[in-house]
Amino acid sequence: MTFGGIDPALLIASLMVASVPIMLAAIGELVVEKAGVLNLGVEGMMIIGAVCGLAAAVQSGSPVVGFAAAAAGGAALALIFAFLTQTLLANQVATGLALTLFGLGLSSLIGQGFVGVKPPQTERLTFGPLTDLPFLGKVLFHHDPIVYLSIAIIAAVWAVLKYTRTGLILRAVGENHDAAHALGYKVQRVRLLAILFGGAMAGLGGAYISLIRVPQWTDGITSGAGWIALAIVVFASWKPWRVLLGAYLFGGITVLQLNLQAAGARIPVEYLSMSPYLITILVLVIMSANRGRGAIGAPASLGRNFHASR
Amino acid sequence: MFTLEKRPNPSRFWTVATPVLAVVLTMIAGGIMFAMLGKDPVAAIRTIFWDPLFDPQFASYSRPQLLVKAGPLILIAIGLSLGFRAGIWNIGAEGQYIMGAIFGAAVGLAFYPDEHWFILPLMVLAGAFGGWLWAMIPAILRTRFRTNEILVSLLLVYVAQSILSSMALGALRNPEGGGFPGSRNLSQYPAAANLELVAGTGMHWGVVAAFMAVIAAYVLLQRHILGFHIRLAGQAPRAARFAGVNPDRLVLLCFGVSGALAGLAGLFEVAGPAGQISIDFASGYGFTAIIVAFLGRLNPIGILLAGLLMALTYIGGELAQFMLGLPSAAIQAFQGMLLFFLLAVDLLTNYRIRWAFGRAAG
Repeated sequence: MTFGGIDPALLIASLMVASVPIMLAAIGELVVEKAGVLNLGVEGMMIIGAVCGLAAAVQSGSPVVGFAAAAAGGAALALIFAFLTQTLLANQVATGLALTLFGLGLSSLIGQGFVGVKPPQTERLTFGPLTDLPFLGKVLFHHDPIVYLSIAIIAAVWAVLKYTRTGLILRAVGENHDAAHALGYKVQRVRLLAILFGGAMAGLGGAYISLIRVPQWTDGITSGAGWIALAIVVFASWKPWRVLLGAYLFGGITVLQLNLQAAGARIPVEYLSMSPYLITILVLVIMSANRGRGAIGAPASLGRNFHASR
Repeated sequence: MFTLEKRPNPSRFWTVATPVLAVVLTMIAGGIMFAMLGKDPVAAIRTIFWDPLFDPQFASYSRPQLLVKAGPLILIAIGLSLGFRAGIWNIGAEGQYIMGAIFGAAVGLAFYPDEHWFILPLMVLAGAFGGWLWAMIPAILRTRFRTNEILVSLLLVYVAQSILSSMALGALRNPEGGGFPGSRNLSQYPAAANLELVAGTGMHWGVVAAFMAVIAAYVLLQRHILGFHIRLAGQAPRAARFAGVNPDRLVLLCFGVSGALAGLAGLFEVAGPAGQISIDFASGYGFTAIIVAFLGRLNPIGILLAGLLMALTYIGGELAQFMLGLPSAAIQAFQGMLLFFLLAVDLLTNYRIRWAFGRAAG
């Protein structure tokens, strides 16, 4: 069953793969923003994750080591952000930008030795008879482990934010840091941990691009995925499951435009490749226009630094 | 360990001293990075910061390059600094730079091969218009729909890059170029060329425009009510609203000015040093200008000096690449590091550090 040379089962399967990097980065950033911190350095952390993951996977021959290194690399860069914004009270917008600029430079420095090197392949999981199911088998049960991991992380973040004390503290810090401080919560420590989690997730997302989606190293490999992830957090109104929805939407657009390119559609390639960015902008506009006044769902202390005066 | 005490007013001493301190710290950290890459750190730092200006062999080539590179950086950074002061974040200057170049070049190419005095001025207007138009998208979306201007302006950079490659491959491609991507070379088309004004200095119209922008921004911020409004909106948004500052108007103004200046920078680049619209025309000036704006403490005079210093790291970086085999990406990381250190030491301007040894902080 195909439509115009495009097999829908393959299309949905590749949509799920295409959305993983943005989904991971966006769910990490969602936690960061829920804690009241705006980290605009997602793109930088992703690309550092991409290069660290590739380098470690190539050196060790194991994709698992690669992903672990990617998470560590992303978190390490996030640590710089945390130190600057939480300890030294630097402006979050400017520091996030610095993170992206520095990450882009550093990644191409590290990546020089790895241009054209193929990373070890990540095996796909098979679920016995489930994988052999006619349509669903291809769509749902024949992916690499990270696809499932990313969905599990979304579920975990949702559950933690909604049902646990940890989630409550995190939200309290993000909504009103002065009140949280007065209650005796360590605002800066909570935020530090959230930022590190965000960095690790962005790193994983980046490594997914360099280890599975592309898989190789080129400068600027993330090509704006980090910024799209930031937009998806807004699109999701800071709700975890909507991150999943948003990521699938953008994964779908990316895959569709790539398929149209491959199928030789009459629209020029450049216009197809700008479509994910244009649609992201469009979605941002619709979301913000519908909100009326104020940003519903945005943590109240988002982007404001906390300095305990007493 | 230590506690921070907010200063009633930003320290005057540290306002001036922090950029210098940041540069010194970056040199140290950069030296460590170069040493880790297996290069002699002292030689690398000297090659980047000293040789382009004073080495008898390279200075004659490098010194003019200083103005060529600093021109666009200063021009863009001046525009950005106005918005940054008011808390309006245009981080898509790279896209506005590209659109300015495309608009300006398109006007110039439309007249090819005629010779008229008005072609270059018309291109300048078109360049500024292109950048302005591209900046108006995030500005209007922000004022109409409260859409986040940071994300929109940045995402538009990727759109502009796609338009750029489409132009280089399609509409603006040189019909006599043998099918290669890229437009006609504007610097070889006298009526449209933005040539060096004084031989051997690197001074072209873009540099002149940059100096004019510095003076205009200085006067605006110090002497004009609009500059006061910009500063007020950044420091005390509520007070600004009571003082009758219209925030939407300020967004449109800051985006418009920064977009037009970035567009101008793009036009002067495409008609001069770059010469043509090509796929790799975008060189990251729009992003580096963000560093320049902060390094210059959002102050016009500071930006002038910061732009020159940043241009030096570009030229010195190229020299170090050529002499020491230092990878070009190292310079990019080096520039990023500078912004980190700058933001870190900025603490000293607004806070006093109280060291508490062995005592519990009260």
